[in-house]
Amino acid sequence: MTAPLLSMRGIDKAFAGVVALDGAALALTPGEVHALIGQNGAGKSTLIKILTGVYTRDAGEIRFDGAPSAIASPREAQDGGISTIYQELNLVPLRSVTENITLGYEPRTRFGTIHWKRAHERAREILATFGIDVDVRSPLGEHPTAVQQLVAIARAVSLNAKLVIMDEPTSSLDDQEASVLFGVVRRLRERGVSVLYVSHFLDELFRIADRVSVMRDGRRVACRRIDETSKTELIADMLGRDVAEIEADGMTELGGGAREAGETLLEARGIATDRRLRAVDLGVRRGEIVGLGGLLGSGRTETARALFGIDALTCGEVLWRGIPDAPATPAAAIAAGIGFLTEDRKAEGIVPHMSVRENLSLALLPRLQRFGRVDRSRERELVEALIGSLGIRTANMDQPIRELSGGNQQKVLLARWLVTEPDLLILDEPTRGVDVGAKFEIQAIIRDFVKQGCAVVLISSEFEELVEGADRIVVLQDGRSVGELENPGITEDALVAAIAHSHHAGGASGPGATP
Amino acid sequence: MSVAAALRRHGGLVALVLLLAVNVAFTPNFLQLQTLFVNISQVATIAIVALGMTLVIATGGIDLSVGAVMALAGALAPLIFGSAFGLENPTLGLALAIVLPLLAALACGLFNGLMVSVFRVQPIIATLILFISGRGIAQVLTNGNLQTFSNPAFAYLGTGRVLGLPFQGWLAVALAILLWWVVSRTLFGRYVLAVGGNERAAELAGVPARSVKIGVYVVCAVLSGLAGLVVVAINSASDAARNGNLMELDAIAAAVVGGALLQGGRAPIFGALLGAVIIQLVKYTLLANGVEDEVALIAKAAIIVGAVYLQQARTE
Repeated sequence: MTAPLLSMRGIDKAFAGVVALDGAALALTPGEVHALIGQNGAGKSTLIKILTGVYTRDAGEIRFDGAPSAIASPREAQDGGISTIYQELNLVPLRSVTENITLGYEPRTRFGTIHWKRAHERAREILATFGIDVDVRSPLGEHPTAVQQLVAIARAVSLNAKLVIMDEPTSSLDDQEASVLFGVVRRLRERGVSVLYVSHFLDELFRIADRVSVMRDGRRVACRRIDETSKTELIADMLGRDVAEIEADGMTELGGGAREAGETLLEARGIATDRRLRAVDLGVRRGEIVGLGGLLGSGRTETARALFGIDALTCGEVLWRGIPDAPATPAAAIAAGIGFLTEDRKAEGIVPHMSVRENLSLALLPRLQRFGRVDRSRERELVEALIGSLGIRTANMDQPIRELSGGNQQKVLLARWLVTEPDLLILDEPTRGVDVGAKFEIQAIIRDFVKQGCAVVLISSEFEELVEGADRIVVLQDGRSVGELENPGITEDALVAAIAHSHHAGGASGPGATP
Repeated sequence: MSVAAALRRHGGLVALVLLLAVNVAFTPNFLQLQTLFVNISQVATIAIVALGMTLVIATGGIDLSVGAVMALAGALAPLIFGSAFGLENPTLGLALAIVLPLLAALACGLFNGLMVSVFRVQPIIATLILFISGRGIAQVLTNGNLQTFSNPAFAYLGTGRVLGLPFQGWLAVALAILLWWVVSRTLFGRYVLAVGGNERAAELAGVPARSVKIGVYVVCAVLSGLAGLVVVAINSASDAARNGNLMELDAIAAAVVGGALLQGGRAPIFGALLGAVIIQLVKYTLLANGVEDEVALIAKAAIIVGAVYLQQARTE
């Protein structure tokens, strides 16, 4: 075997007494695509942040490119040849695509000002290698998330890195964009660049990775060649369970189709909003999970926003318990018994400065107060109970939520809604960016919730989750509801067919079609 | 946990101890009761305004109009108790001379809050409007003249003693305790921190972000109005041109020295009190040792730089 490009050994790190890494190790050879997987809280992000100088390690040894590494800041990491694309994009949406790609490394003129012409050219060239053709002068924020993601990757790659770290790079890409990304990863490998690839999508790893390191509880528990392992074995490694046990259990905990649906809670008739929502019909009964199926941009999140009173209806009506009284604000929706778990945990979910307790009780506060004073003992009781029942891993309820892993943050946000005892929960990508273990747990919580006679509207980009989890799936396309599938009996193929068929039908009735 | 880390966490207290030590060593007559009284009576107004400023900053905003609101409230009071009606009904006149200026301040706060939350004007611009026009209105009301008066009952606000210490010092401490309770124990306080910490998340959790923002600007303006009354009471004169002049800078400095984050999400109320004491002591130290007022301004700026530096280090 060739000399390793990177070797990390015996890395320890603790935050306020909570151990995040406990003798973690990692080794990459040059030109290798190395996947790093593990549950949320297993220590993947911490390990990467130590490597890139965001955190300092408590103990351990890092060697990079043949020498002991003393990287103390992300900038030093970049200059040393390590480029990182974080899970949550760190870009400047109001500035142009060019500026985002060249930020900090702008080509200069003789006078020290930015050489815009060369900068734009370079940005275009870099993007062209990814097969993206956009106006590099336009603000980045005007482009879809997928393009922004590729810009982040383009930026990292353009810095002539020896090692590129990708943290969940495909979580907001569609299949075709993901294929483009995989192509780029392969090209990097051919050039001798190593890629450290963090992902929750195990299928992807089998397409591009050479080796996989599995982390659990702050340690590397396995390092396997991808062609000598299986998906089940990796899941078993991550969870610390037996392969046989996993195979008996099935892949998701939702188990759709077993419902006993009750009265109709919510009925939307031809609703439309300014946000590209055109005409959606939707009915939700007690005791069922209704999935919203469709591609990115089909109107899934927009439907959720309309039902929760975030976006005003421009057309159509919403009946809540049979009464045409659509909540006009989130506060009204909450008071009516609706909860909405957002897909963007960082931007719309957590309040980072606040504690787990304060985050968890935020939506319940109006009912926890008397004459404006918060009943803190009752608050602590309720929070304590939910931390216990959802298995939220936190040092104590007063720990700042930003210190928790993504999966645990998500559970706190789910608890924020469960504690309000809603009748209807709208869940937008409840398991996105969450490891397999937390995913099972979250799915089990959702199923329990529905069993108590409540209802869920589920949005998920993972067809597997929708197909196995939802009792019914309303298929959306282009801001309209175009069909409905009922469990039992839905298969991934059937869902894909429904979406594809409606696209086909939509195309035929489009302006270019002949009658 | 190093010395540097400890210094970072308790930087304010360390600065206070250093200032006291320097004064004991160099400032003549520093350890006299008179010095204490002077400092308490002067720090109280900074502290009262800084408390309100801390709430505004906690929502990610800023209020530049506090000094102008002080001038406006301060200009109104003598006009009311000195009017024909006020002279005929001294008690009612005195009550109105306190309530009406505070209502005027409240209206200013409402204006600021509406501009920021409903019309979505940047706080620094929104409050610049009253920063400029508020003092103008006050000067128009008083024809630009210094108005002196003799009204012992009203002057109690600025010269009264409780348990031997200036009344306004107690007032500032009482307000700090009240606001600390509001921030840490009430729905409103929790909402302020949530809106400042992540406004979109707060709104999606049902927090009425607009009302909360209007609320903090109103509280800040009313407290500023109160501080304006105290200044007028201390001097037994209202000077619309000077009352509260540059107070916005002192208040922001006190809040920041006290540990408020300018991007919002934190409201260290007692920190603001400590910050106000530090700002006042620096002013006093320089003044008592014969340093020019202009140089004192530079020293104040240096403190703000120091506080911001410590804050940056703290957020990591």
